[in-house]
Amino acid sequence: MSLHKLTLFELQKQFRAGEVTATEIVHAYSLRISQVEPKVKAFVTQTKESASLQAEALDRKLKEWRKTKPLTGMPLAIKDNICTDGVHTTCSSRMLQNFIPPYDATTVAKLRAQEYILLGKTNLDEFAMGSSTENSAFGPSRNPWNLHCVPGGSSGGSAAAVAAEECVAALGSDTGGSIRQPAAFCGVVGLKPTYGRVSRYGLVAFASSLDQIGPITKDVSDAAFLLQAIAGHDPMDSTSIDRSVPDYMKALQKRNLKALKIGVPVEFFTEGLDPDVEQAVKAAIAELKNLGAEIREIRLPSTGAAVAVYYVIATAEASSNLARFDGVKFGFRAKESKDLLELYMKTRQEGFGPEVKRRIMLGTYVLSAGYYDAYYGKAQAVRTLVCQDFATAFKEVDLIVTPATPTPAFKLGEKSEDPLQMYLSDIFTISVNLAGLPAIALPCGFNKTGLPIGVQLIGRAFEEETVLRAAHAYEQSTQWHLKKAMIR
Amino acid sequence: MIFETVIGVEVHAQLRTKSKMFCGCGTTFGLSANSQTCPVCLGLPGSLPVINRAAVEMAVRAGLALNCTIAENNRFARKNYFYPDLPKGYQISQYESPICRHGWIEIRDGSGTKQIRVRRAHLEEDAGKNIHETGTSGSRVDLNRAGTPLLEIVTEPDMRSADEVVAYLKGLRDILMYLDVCDGNMEEGSFRCEPNLSLRPSGQQEFGTKVELKNINSFKYVKDAIEYEIKRQAKVLNEGGKISQETRLWNIERGETAVMRSKEEAHDYRYFPDPDLVPLKLDDEWIQGFHADLPELPAVRTKRFVSDYGLPEYDATILTASKGMADYFEVCVKQFNQPKTVSNWVMGELMRELNNSGTDISAAPVMPERLVSLLQMVDQGTISLKVAREIFPELYNSGKDPEQIVREKGLTQVSDEGALEKIIEEVLGKNPGQVAQFKEGKQQVLGFLVGQVMKASGGKANPGKVNELLKEKLA
Repeated sequence: MSLHKLTLFELQKQFRAGEVTATEIVHAYSLRISQVEPKVKAFVTQTKESASLQAEALDRKLKEWRKTKPLTGMPLAIKDNICTDGVHTTCSSRMLQNFIPPYDATTVAKLRAQEYILLGKTNLDEFAMGSSTENSAFGPSRNPWNLHCVPGGSSGGSAAAVAAEECVAALGSDTGGSIRQPAAFCGVVGLKPTYGRVSRYGLVAFASSLDQIGPITKDVSDAAFLLQAIAGHDPMDSTSIDRSVPDYMKALQKRNLKALKIGVPVEFFTEGLDPDVEQAVKAAIAELKNLGAEIREIRLPSTGAAVAVYYVIATAEASSNLARFDGVKFGFRAKESKDLLELYMKTRQEGFGPEVKRRIMLGTYVLSAGYYDAYYGKAQAVRTLVCQDFATAFKEVDLIVTPATPTPAFKLGEKSEDPLQMYLSDIFTISVNLAGLPAIALPCGFNKTGLPIGVQLIGRAFEEETVLRAAHAYEQSTQWHLKKAMIR
Repeated sequence: MIFETVIGVEVHAQLRTKSKMFCGCGTTFGLSANSQTCPVCLGLPGSLPVINRAAVEMAVRAGLALNCTIAENNRFARKNYFYPDLPKGYQISQYESPICRHGWIEIRDGSGTKQIRVRRAHLEEDAGKNIHETGTSGSRVDLNRAGTPLLEIVTEPDMRSADEVVAYLKGLRDILMYLDVCDGNMEEGSFRCEPNLSLRPSGQQEFGTKVELKNINSFKYVKDAIEYEIKRQAKVLNEGGKISQETRLWNIERGETAVMRSKEEAHDYRYFPDPDLVPLKLDDEWIQGFHADLPELPAVRTKRFVSDYGLPEYDATILTASKGMADYFEVCVKQFNQPKTVSNWVMGELMRELNNSGTDISAAPVMPERLVSLLQMVDQGTISLKVAREIFPELYNSGKDPEQIVREKGLTQVSDEGALEKIIEEVLGKNPGQVAQFKEGKQQVLGFLVGQVMKASGGKANPGKVNELLKEKLA
């Protein structure tokens, strides 16, 4: 069996047993990347050479004393908005095209401490703003299941790389669905942890109160495995929570879902939901019931306001977070400016793409004197209502199940001219970020044209174990995750 | 028309923490450009701030000393604007919930005292510095200062003259220095003040249009700039003009203020709560712990110096203006219990030497113990007051034991009657006219004769003894 077909868990088992070397792993993945990457275009930067050197060094070291860490020799890809010391981190923006961070994000430092191997940095919508990777300054990535379709976004590169088996697993970031939506589109597993579970230090901020790093993997146990490696309190991130990290792999062992109450919010099954998606998700709910869970209809009445609230709060934060890209200290600087104001204006005009500019303008507007209360203030108030909806629901149920997206992957160019339609593709994921809850998207079927469909499980804050356990039980009773994309 | 001046003041005081407000970089002044920076204070993509506990403690202590209420719930906010010395494109500050509110300090106001209310004091980070060197192309940015903790202290518009502003600023600076939360160095920019000033017709309740003054880095310029601005505004108003709301810069060379930016050009800072920092909750018990530990503050110490040492208020005020000076004084008095004498020496000879060499009292080369030995030698008549004054500069500079200096120079006072009588005989012999005058009843002549004796002895004669002996001889 080719090495690239293994899951993280399987590959790690073989490697620990000494059945394969790190060099063999990197070699296998290099080969796979050179075969499919021209079609998928998942990466912004590949690091094959440093990966080979790193693998050789690991093998030499292990020859003397075989002591491995959980991720030793595991070939991963990292979304290109997560800082990697000495390796380009572009955010798929012209603004940071030549930016090489002098430091590692905390998540990357944790992976490095576990001797992972970096295969490359994956494509995204510029500064994680988008749902298709079409907003990348370096061109879109493709959906491995259908190269004419988008892989979703903004972590489209990471999801496509995992689906195309160009890496064994990847890190993404999720602000409004940016891990779960592409995972659903690409037929892989994507987990957005509770806000504060994983350090944001070194994640180039889009919307600080919503951003969270999480794993994109081939199956649920890999997601648990990778979450274990990156979770935990970080003194460098004041919003990370000082709370012990449970053993997520152990949580998977309990297959039985008896005594678990799962809510189905009526607001998520209305018009605009693709019939194939609806059918697949309803079948998944039936399967959860089969596994012993008690299914209950619930209400999340503020759901309809979530997208609007999100686009006020996220853009407000973004307008401030992206102010640092001014051409003065790092990144792109426009040539031949006659004064400071022109330097700022030209740099930002030329360095940012249209969607980023649109969101900076929106965010600047909603924070402006005279508009703050009507927009930002109101949005914060409604955000509280969204949180209360979930709090009320979670008094009754342990998990909430919804479709991950309203439709399967759409065609390249189909929505890129209509930002509102694009924004609505995150309608099922956004409220989870507003409430800071953990949620997973995992495969639950295919539509008539063979595109993957994803189901979403949402849990209480810091109850990733429950989310993972139910997802794993469902996954083990189905075969969806075993089906692989034929790239052509 | 007669106008009343209304002034409020904003002070930015750099807090003396070892590390910056939101990262671990150092805060030392004057190091090579950008040597005290890290991803956080450079504003590199992905970096995040973490609140410096020491800065919060200093702000709490300062707030308590300024009689403020300390907020238990604190939120940091972002103040958004573009400038090259501001690496993130926003400054982390406090907006709706400052850490300190509703305080006051007392200033001396002519004969009495006056309370100046402190509206708020909040924590924020400093910006870096833009450097424009002549002879080089473009400008440079030094971010060593970026992220240094600042306490911005804002008063109510309670001051009515330049002198009151200076008194307030001196009082505030003394308090912050007493607490050791700010070094008070105005030239290096660790204590920066921005007065805002308006005039209104005497008796009117409503405020006039205010103008903010910047670029003032000494107490002298505070006074000059405010007095200039009062005259300027009065002239405009008297001529029927209007004051425009604006920020004006003090031009030191020209001795005048000039427009920096008008209200229309003022920024919309788009303040909003910083989502990178969670709300900071301060425990009331924790706050009260600092209250108990506050040192004796200048105003209280001044009163005590008057009541305990019997010093004139003038002396007490000057001595307690700096904690170092007041401590120095008290160490001396403990060993030499003549407070007024010590006060005279500290305020006179010692301060003169300190000012001449630009030295802070904490770095004075002469220890209190040495000054005390000098005063004891005068007190015991070993040397004259004149000699003591003469050798003080050497004592100050060398830090040597004064007894050693006196011995080396042979300056010990002559009190030996035999030796003195000899000199007196000589002097009387040389001045028969004056002797005759004295005998006729001209008492004043005695002073002249004493002076002559002192001169003949090379200043070493004990003046009291000389006086005594002369009277005997002339009787």
